[in-house]
Amino acid sequence: MTKQRRVLETLGVLLLLGLTAAFLYGGFAFLKSYGGPKLIATALAIVWGLGSIALLYFVLNKMAESLPRRVRSIALPTVFAGPALVILFWFLVLPTLRTLWLSFFDETSAHFVGLKNFAFAFTDRIMLESFRNNLMWMVFGTFFCVGLGLVIAVLADRSRWEKLYKAVIFMPMAISFVGAGVIWKFMYAYRGEGSGIQEIGLLNAVVVALGGKSQAWLLIPGLNNFLLIAIMVWLQTGYAMVILSSAIKAIPGELPEAARIDGATEFQIFFRIIIPAIQGSIVTVTTTIVIFSLKLFDIVRVMTGGNYGTDVIANEFYLEQFTYGQTGRASSIAIVLLVAVVPIMIYNLRQFAERRAFK
Amino acid sequence: MTKPGAVPGRKSHRSLVVNLVLVLTSLAWLVPTIGVLVTSFRNSQDIFSSGWWTIFPHRAWVQTGEVKVDPSVDVDGPMTIEGATATFEEWRKGVEVAHDRRLQWYGNKRTRALVAQELRWVGFSANLTLDNYKGVLSGGTVTYKDGNGQTITRLGSNFADAVMNSVAVAVPSTVIPILIAAFAAYAFAWMEFPGRKTLFVMVVALLVVPLQIALIPVLRDFTHLKLNGTFLAMWLAHTGFGLPLAVYLLFNYVSQLPRDIFESAFIDGATPFTVFVRLVIPLSVPALASFAIFQFLWVWNDYLVALIFLGDKNRVVTSALAAMVGEKGQDWHYLTSGAFLSMILPLMVFFALQRYFVRGLMAGSVKG
Repeated sequence: MTKQRRVLETLGVLLLLGLTAAFLYGGFAFLKSYGGPKLIATALAIVWGLGSIALLYFVLNKMAESLPRRVRSIALPTVFAGPALVILFWFLVLPTLRTLWLSFFDETSAHFVGLKNFAFAFTDRIMLESFRNNLMWMVFGTFFCVGLGLVIAVLADRSRWEKLYKAVIFMPMAISFVGAGVIWKFMYAYRGEGSGIQEIGLLNAVVVALGGKSQAWLLIPGLNNFLLIAIMVWLQTGYAMVILSSAIKAIPGELPEAARIDGATEFQIFFRIIIPAIQGSIVTVTTTIVIFSLKLFDIVRVMTGGNYGTDVIANEFYLEQFTYGQTGRASSIAIVLLVAVVPIMIYNLRQFAERRAFK
Repeated sequence: MTKPGAVPGRKSHRSLVVNLVLVLTSLAWLVPTIGVLVTSFRNSQDIFSSGWWTIFPHRAWVQTGEVKVDPSVDVDGPMTIEGATATFEEWRKGVEVAHDRRLQWYGNKRTRALVAQELRWVGFSANLTLDNYKGVLSGGTVTYKDGNGQTITRLGSNFADAVMNSVAVAVPSTVIPILIAAFAAYAFAWMEFPGRKTLFVMVVALLVVPLQIALIPVLRDFTHLKLNGTFLAMWLAHTGFGLPLAVYLLFNYVSQLPRDIFESAFIDGATPFTVFVRLVIPLSVPALASFAIFQFLWVWNDYLVALIFLGDKNRVVTSALAAMVGEKGQDWHYLTSGAFLSMILPLMVFFALQRYFVRGLMAGSVKG
């Protein structure tokens, strides 16, 4: 390659870089000030967003390829893996350290307060209530999700309409927690008493039809937690069912068949053959749902806002930071959440090391 | 197998029980959603005066006329009307005077009037409407009739804009992390660079990190960069929080691709970029699709990230719906139609591509 050509190529790449930067920034500024029809704004935003990212990789790669061979062997991996790593550092690694740092400071983030925020996190009345509730979510929510999911998976395996049943139970997985909140708020709706008032919530209508009195269900301490947990069971049983169902299908057919011939009852087959065979999947599903119930936020936020004894840790985090402006306390709560998942993180890393997927 | 003839009978009996249990469970799972779907199409006045299940044909007391009590009858003692004898209190509660015919005293003693009701099949004309959807989509003022027939005026929830915002957030928030993760997965699987293994272990560790840990610092960064309330902020945040799983899933897939195809391409003079675009991407479509559905549903249904980085500006469907629960908690005609609007797109994606979704779910079971 002649020197002249190299200079020209470098100039070309630089020009391309400049144009890309102009497209990226110009597009952003334009979209921010755009006041036209919403449909066009949406389309433009999507085109700009996707175009920018494709262009960015294309140009960065061009730059790396134009470099001399020695530098190229490190420049190419930088272009390929670099953006992902930058984003991971910006959005997860550094924030973890920054949140840890903030958790030792007061609400202005200027005065060091030592472990005061953690003392708050473990002694405050509402925090203790939240811990208790999260524990209930983790124990009962997970138990019913996994238990029901397992029972349905085993039963559906014996039915001709397996696909249909499974699709119905799985369907709530596509619904947002906020949407599910509305659906169940309507189930629990309460209109009060008086002549001519008809209950329009199904739960109260059933209770009244059975001769009981209608109730404002979500205001009853203790019971309301279970009514909220029911929503999660409705949402997540499908997940447990799908994973466990595919594990059950992987059990060789001869195994239960042989046991049956030997005179084993269906219950014995279930507890002695099926459960041990899918143990690994049960652990995975349980862990996933436990983590899920630890971070649970939307359902409580929408249904009760954390009032009437239903508060959970993630909602308390939100309240401390965005309602009371207590950054230090909120950070310490986030750290508590992180510490709670560390055992699972270690478990994942061990599994990963054992699999030797990484050469 | 030992006693032929006995086995089929026992089997069909068992299968009946299994199917019965499954049908009942499925019904229990469907009823809440059906209730919301039905309610969203009902006339607002009906919603407040009767349960949604009343649209199904059922027997109910229907008012058929009025019966006047003769002025000579003593209202303080037992009264005989249409052959039945009862006190005023009993008449007020309603007395069945004949088969499927009931009389009920109307108002106080001086009215001397009873309402005649008959038990009839009703619910064949459900009085359905699209007004609730029109109202919830609108951003202007909307009016509806409440249970007492009074007209109420409200500011619409502008769901039309919310749906559009959700699309503008969800599509790039799905595609961008996939692209970035696919490049990274390729680098981790097929390129040599220092720190490769350590960095990948970091990705695995980040899989379960709760996103609450990042919200406060990232919000501060966005405030400095004046990104709050923009779609770009949402894309970046969802990319950041979705990347560990995306890189992990795609690495598992890309690293399993046969080595030969890469080698022959490089011998033909292809650059890593062309190999990536021409070979890796087309070959990884199943894995890309799995993650895409996973991420799309997650972003579309997300509430927390939208609540924090978008705020009340550019509300997405989840935050618009949640705001509606707070502001118009009893407006069930709007809440139900809003909830259904927020569910249509994810449900369609879900049922159309369920196969890929399940695959992604299994591969991604390590994430919380």
